[in-house]
Amino acid sequence: MACISADGTLTASARKILEALSESATPEEIVHVTGLPLFRVRSGLREMAQAGLVEEKEGRYSLTESGKQKL
Amino acid sequence: MSTEVTEVVKPVGLPRLNEPAPDFEAVTTHGVIRLSDYRGRWLILFSHPADFTPVCTTEFIAFAEIYPELQKRGVDLLGLSIDSVYSHIAWVRNIKEKTGVEIPFPIIADLNKEVATLYGMIMPGESKTETSRCVFVIDPDGILRAMIYYPLTTGRNMHEILRLVDALQTTDKYKVATPANWKPGDKVIVPAPRTLEEAEERVKAGYECTDWYLCKKEL
Repeated sequence: MACISADGTLTASARKILEALSESATPEEIVHVTGLPLFRVRSGLREMAQAGLVEEKEGRYSLTESGKQKL
Repeated sequence: MSTEVTEVVKPVGLPRLNEPAPDFEAVTTHGVIRLSDYRGRWLILFSHPADFTPVCTTEFIAFAEIYPELQKRGVDLLGLSIDSVYSHIAWVRNIKEKTGVEIPFPIIADLNKEVATLYGMIMPGESKTETSRCVFVIDPDGILRAMIYYPLTTGRNMHEILRLVDALQTTDKYKVATPANWKPGDKVIVPAPRTLEEAEERVKAGYECTDWYLCKKEL
């Protein structure tokens, strides 16, 4: 996994993505804030959505309670 | 009636230009990636025969060298071979250790040959277990715009890959074509007229015309 390590901790890029979500944001807005490549942000958001750390509504992502606790 | 069992060979097609590039989800050195994760960016998907082999190593170093130029053009790189992700990681680390070159792009670990089969990257006449040296240029809408196939023995020309990207992007931006050996700054070709009326207007339009069907202009 690229965002969540086998021991459940976040990778550095995953933390960057979550920290960029103080307010809801699109993947493109997260790219602008973090400097991560677009493909990396999209794949990371997908992985963290599956893990219940972020949720998507109408193309915008925001932190879930679990996501907030991870930070 | 014959009882001989014949092997059923599943035909493998090549993807077609100007059609959507086949989508996939694959394990890479940067996590699980889908082709659609690149939507909105140009992408060069390329395959190499195997990790820890000499020609491939020179190519990876060369791809890393043109990576900044590709990024300036809004192009991402995605490699692929039929190796495990652990092999890819070890090889990328080895290249950095031995040459100082960091490989900045992800590499698909296509152990089940799923992506290689989708894109017709395996040429059984060359090798049944390795992908040939293929390059697929995919545009921001996910449309396959160009393909290059090189054999196992011949390393690719990075200048040609950059030139190809420049030509495609110039075509899109200015609605023109590019002549043989074109490079940025050279004259471009005005698309050929498709009616007699257009042909007659074309020669009076002030372009540099050899004849009505071959006209060039500066950008």
